[in-house]
Amino acid sequence: MITLQACLDGILLGVLFALIAYGMALQWGVMNIINIAQGDLVILGGYIAYFMYLYGIHPAWGVIVAPVIMYFVGIAIYKLVINKVVDRDLFISILATFGISILFMQLMNFAFGADVVLANSGYGTTMLFDNNVVLPNSKIFSAFISIVFAICLVIYMKKSKLGRAIRATAQNARAAKILGVDTEKVYAATFGINAALCGVAGALISITFTIHPYMGLPYTIRSFMIVIVAGLGNLPGVAMSGMGLGVFEEFADYILGTEFRIGSVFLLLVLILVYRRFKLSRKREYLK
Amino acid sequence: MNKNFILYAAILIFGLAAPFIFPAFKVQLSILCVLIVLATTWNIQGGEMGYNSFGNILFYGLGMYLCASVQVGMFFPLAEWTESGGEKTFVHTPSQFFQGMAVGLVVAAVVPTIVAGLIGYSILGLRGHYFAICTLGLGVAAGEISGGIEIIGAGQGFTTPPFPNVGSLEARGEFFYFLSFFTLVLTFIAVRSIYSTRFKLILNAIRDNEDKAEAMGIETMKYKIIGWMISAFFCGLAGGIMGGLVGYIDSTDVAFDGREMGVFMVLMAILGGKGTLWGPIIGATIFHIFKEGFWTFFLGWQYVALGVLIVVIVIYFPEGIMGWLREKYPERFGEVVDEKDRKAQVELK
Repeated sequence: MITLQACLDGILLGVLFALIAYGMALQWGVMNIINIAQGDLVILGGYIAYFMYLYGIHPAWGVIVAPVIMYFVGIAIYKLVINKVVDRDLFISILATFGISILFMQLMNFAFGADVVLANSGYGTTMLFDNNVVLPNSKIFSAFISIVFAICLVIYMKKSKLGRAIRATAQNARAAKILGVDTEKVYAATFGINAALCGVAGALISITFTIHPYMGLPYTIRSFMIVIVAGLGNLPGVAMSGMGLGVFEEFADYILGTEFRIGSVFLLLVLILVYRRFKLSRKREYLK
Repeated sequence: MNKNFILYAAILIFGLAAPFIFPAFKVQLSILCVLIVLATTWNIQGGEMGYNSFGNILFYGLGMYLCASVQVGMFFPLAEWTESGGEKTFVHTPSQFFQGMAVGLVVAAVVPTIVAGLIGYSILGLRGHYFAICTLGLGVAAGEISGGIEIIGAGQGFTTPPFPNVGSLEARGEFFYFLSFFTLVLTFIAVRSIYSTRFKLILNAIRDNEDKAEAMGIETMKYKIIGWMISAFFCGLAGGIMGGLVGYIDSTDVAFDGREMGVFMVLMAILGGKGTLWGPIIGATIFHIFKEGFWTFFLGWQYVALGVLIVVIVIYFPEGIMGWLREKYPERFGEVVDEKDRKAQVELK
């Protein structure tokens, strides 16, 4: 029964990870940057929902409000920093966003304090299988909302004009520019959408789990891991590997203990990268 | 050559006299030496080889824990020491302390080197940003995991043996200063002699175009691993010294501090100029002065300043100070410049 509990918990958690990873895949594919500050955007979105809760508004409304605010935060970050690193070396973008991440972490620490907080949604729990499996309704709610947002975004990317422009830029930025796409605007919009997705995920995390200013980096690493396992632009793959990661984490938590949970996530990243390196490496032979 | 000799002699004399000229800054000077060692060795594989690692903090932290554990474990039961926390139930005699430190530093340097060699084959096969993220993950994972191991203090930290009473109050600062200064000199000599060999050219070839270097018949993997092992050796040594200097080891805040030290080494090397001998040294010195100023006057805002600093340096100053000087005065760097070329360039601008 504990196995089933961990699996269900992991899948519901993994859907959230997949949503964050989708944003990561979007900006990586379109702008070719890796955003280390991804996790901090998530946490910031979480604090928006938490503050609504503090002022007496139900935190579930954060799902609507957080993405709107985060969209503009994303645009601002793009205008200030990201547009200067888009065409440069990937390492520059990693380091620059690392700087943003440290900045956000510390500013959130000043503004909101270093306590672990939780926005209580008061949704209660669902008991399944003769009360052996306990699922908080907030988790089910957050998984449902994530799926709704993901589907909306996929349809938007397929049908709308901006979505077409984003996809064109991802395929070939120069060609898109020649054909009259304002790539600068597309980049800004992509980063904004990514930040908005992070906002949604953050609001959901603040309802389901806890948030803390320094918890951002694990979310970045998780989304990076999901994207490299699934590959860029492979949406079912992102969903599947997100759920897989969620289940892995729940089991690591259960078997190794909670103190090794984050450590095991980072170790898994290293293992995946090493596995990928041996799988992709060519057979090389040297003349002696 | 003659001019260089005078320069080195002047720096050496200044370095030896520094703790007596600025007696109040002995600890800061020792930290500066450690920072320079870290930046210079990061530069070996970050600047010369083109493998930008966030993971050298792994070797630094490993060296820190190993040195302290050996120093304690040689004479006393390690588990009881860490369990007692800050309480000094066991006291090192001076000879025990120095013997332990010596053996500890050797272990702290050798084991990370071996670790680098072992994991090097699998990790250095990754290219570009995959390598950067992988090493970032490695550093954080090491911190999280060592924070869960009981025998080295787990979450409550590890107090390193206190400096024994040898008569003079100044002895502790002087001992650690000369230890770190000696390490710095050793590192500088090693790095300088490496940079004058074919090995450096191979590293540069790997940075510029790895596939082509391989096609030319260079066993790139072998040299990459050797380069990383050299970095690991000095990082471990620096970590061991820093552990004794700080006096307290915490898994995520002192040893595997990817958020501070792990970024500092990258930042110092970039600030000074990647891929130069003097760049990391200048970068580390400026950075340390700047950092101490900020830490003292803007207490609490230091990380905000650090974040802004990273963004500004990376975006507006990626070539660093040495890169800027090189562009300005190419003749000083032994580059032959055609007068016509320069005029044409000036006109173009």
